[in-house]
Amino acid sequence: MNAAPPKSKNPLSLKERMKVPRQHMLEQPPLLRAVNFKEVNLGYSEELAQQEARRCLQCAKPACVNDCPVGVKVREFVELIVDGDYLGAAAKIREDNVLPAITGRVCPQEDHCEGGCLMGKKVQPLGIGYLERFVADFEQRHMDHSKIRRAVPSGKKVAIVGSGPSGLTAAGDLVQKGHEVHVFEALHELGGVLVYGIPEFRLPKQIIREQLDYMRAMGVQFETNVVVGKTVTINELMEEEGYDAVYIGTGAGLPIFMNIPGEHLNGVYSANEFLTRINLMHAYEFPHFDEPMLDFRGKDVAVIGGGNTALDSIRSALRLGARKAYVLYRRSEAEMPARREEVKHAKEEGIEFRVLTNPIEFLSDGKGWLGAVRCSRMELGEPDASGRRRPAPIEGSEFDLPLSVAVIAIGTSANPLIQSTTPGLRTNKKNYIEADPMTQRTSCKGVFAGGDIVTGSATVILAMGAGRRAAKSIHGYLTDDGSWSS
Amino acid sequence: MFKILHAEFIAPGIKRFTIDAPRIARKQKPGQFVIIRVYEEGERIPVTIERSDPTVGTINVVVQAAGKTTSLLNCLETGDSILDVVGPLGKPSHIEKFGTVVVMGGGVGTAMAYPTATALKDAGNHVISIVGARTKELVILEHELREVSDQLMITTDDGTYADKGFVTDKLKQLIQSGTRIDLVLAIGPIPMMRAVAETTRPRGIKTVVSLNPIMIDGTGMCGGCRVLVDGKSEFACVDGPEFDASRIDFSVLVQRNAMYRAAEQRSMEAFQRDRELLLQKVHTEQVACAAGGQR
Repeated sequence: MNAAPPKSKNPLSLKERMKVPRQHMLEQPPLLRAVNFKEVNLGYSEELAQQEARRCLQCAKPACVNDCPVGVKVREFVELIVDGDYLGAAAKIREDNVLPAITGRVCPQEDHCEGGCLMGKKVQPLGIGYLERFVADFEQRHMDHSKIRRAVPSGKKVAIVGSGPSGLTAAGDLVQKGHEVHVFEALHELGGVLVYGIPEFRLPKQIIREQLDYMRAMGVQFETNVVVGKTVTINELMEEEGYDAVYIGTGAGLPIFMNIPGEHLNGVYSANEFLTRINLMHAYEFPHFDEPMLDFRGKDVAVIGGGNTALDSIRSALRLGARKAYVLYRRSEAEMPARREEVKHAKEEGIEFRVLTNPIEFLSDGKGWLGAVRCSRMELGEPDASGRRRPAPIEGSEFDLPLSVAVIAIGTSANPLIQSTTPGLRTNKKNYIEADPMTQRTSCKGVFAGGDIVTGSATVILAMGAGRRAAKSIHGYLTDDGSWSS
Repeated sequence: MFKILHAEFIAPGIKRFTIDAPRIARKQKPGQFVIIRVYEEGERIPVTIERSDPTVGTINVVVQAAGKTTSLLNCLETGDSILDVVGPLGKPSHIEKFGTVVVMGGGVGTAMAYPTATALKDAGNHVISIVGARTKELVILEHELREVSDQLMITTDDGTYADKGFVTDKLKQLIQSGTRIDLVLAIGPIPMMRAVAETTRPRGIKTVVSLNPIMIDGTGMCGGCRVLVDGKSEFACVDGPEFDASRIDFSVLVQRNAMYRAAEQRSMEAFQRDRELLLQKVHTEQVACAAGGQR
């Protein structure tokens, strides 16, 4: 740990910084937020942000930067906050991350920047996500889009397939290099999983819209209602529409079902459908919006799975009026892949966690609707391929849990629309697209891929990391001699 | 936004729209559909493509008013716009020379059977078409189907036109008369497709039906349109919409399609009450959207 740079305006000594506790973000009280869809976290005030920023030790070798998949210059943007230059801090983040208001809200910071923070070894890590959100929100309120400078046109055209976090990141990086960037989206609204997957109470749609407006001001062009693979193929984009390169960032796509009896019963949903109805289609605002949702009031609901999607689903069900809301997870809480803050928030709201519990059959109420779920209790054995301890059913432990709705959130598999319509595009045995982990190049010349369609279900920030690497590599491909030998 | 270049009723409650959608027109094949969202607060519904013209970049869709969204859609006129049209979705019909093919259209399903019948005829098949409707006025595409069929039979439930009865009656007559049938394609209401499946299953006649379950994204992402095929879930939007009828569990299809009946009724009642107001809103949105130019 080196001494802080002398020019710093931080009045605290390193010792004093260690004594300041991590500043909590203001949030809606649990009982209130459990019945509305408004954002749970309310943000930092300027004062809280200042207090938090002053905790930063300004390490000489910042682990936070190394642990960030897009390499946000944490140390520098935090120091700009201390200086009171919030737009400067936002610009500093934007050098590496075009979606700061989004990552500031949904990134699993404990696995990346905050996980490596030196403060965390002794006390609590710096609230890097909270600070990122603070400057991003400040920027939304104060930034003049007309001041965004556009790069000199390169004369090259890039198609981005999918407007999720990976595609948007690649688009942002490429447009800043002067390339003409067109983003194609299959749905009617832009944002991919940010829009159909993540609920309003965690990531308000308005935030996404503002980030998209910023990208439009940067020069990125968007076209909705284009299903690449159906409406147009990759080859047609390159050969007929004149694109010099294509980045495929379509996400994982198909929901995985459990293949247990009773899955077709009314009231059994995939998390993708459940969340799409609520988020993309606004079913929670029925009848103001036309998309219908079942009446959840007084009903018992469970989600199956332990990731962020599972928690987003069950917390949505609670907000729709569910009487009891359960998380059924086959491993223990320690293995849950969800963000820690979401688990904490869910518990405060009254979600019941039934861990080491695995559904084996959905039981009918006799009229074609779900009536209960039969579960097995589980115990953990030796670690499996994922490094987590393998759950195994305890014999004779079956029990029935009465339920009206069950949401299956156990992951997704590869959507084959592009693979099956792009000759020569190599895929692995699970039908994910094969791409070089450093350059994101695929087996087709000029075609790059990244995010969940390459790696399988992961996080927003990992998809963004792939988008960044792809943009760098696409820029290299477009500005070099265009050769494809690696 | 997608401009409606022409709109006309072809039967009471059934309207044909010619929509400016060059990307879709270029790719559409028989058996495929589009998903439509009429306005900002609207739901996404799958709609039949009757035909497309790639040279001028238009598609024709045929819509029968049933619930709120289809009723609202049928209020739109030439010159109006539809907010979102996406496609072509689903697998195209499997077309080859089978021999003798019976193409059966029930009600508005006839509009989806028509392009496939045309393709089957072009592939060298002997095409026998059977069209059924509730009553005389609801018989659609008779002229068009006659042109591509070697034989056309028509039934009406109430006997007000052609022969009284159901399309399955005609199918049974064909079978009993010893006509060799290599393939049956049936598109229409679920009870009709189910009845066809029950007629052909015991006789081992290969039968294809086109299913229309509740759908949202239409790209395989949500899994809402899953149908039980030989006891396993398949998605109508990407694995279908056409399936081997003998493998379909029709009871599950009926049950899943009824999932939101209460909400659908509520929407429909509100629509009937506030029709004018809603239309005004749709038109305002169209103007705002055209001015904003973001779509």
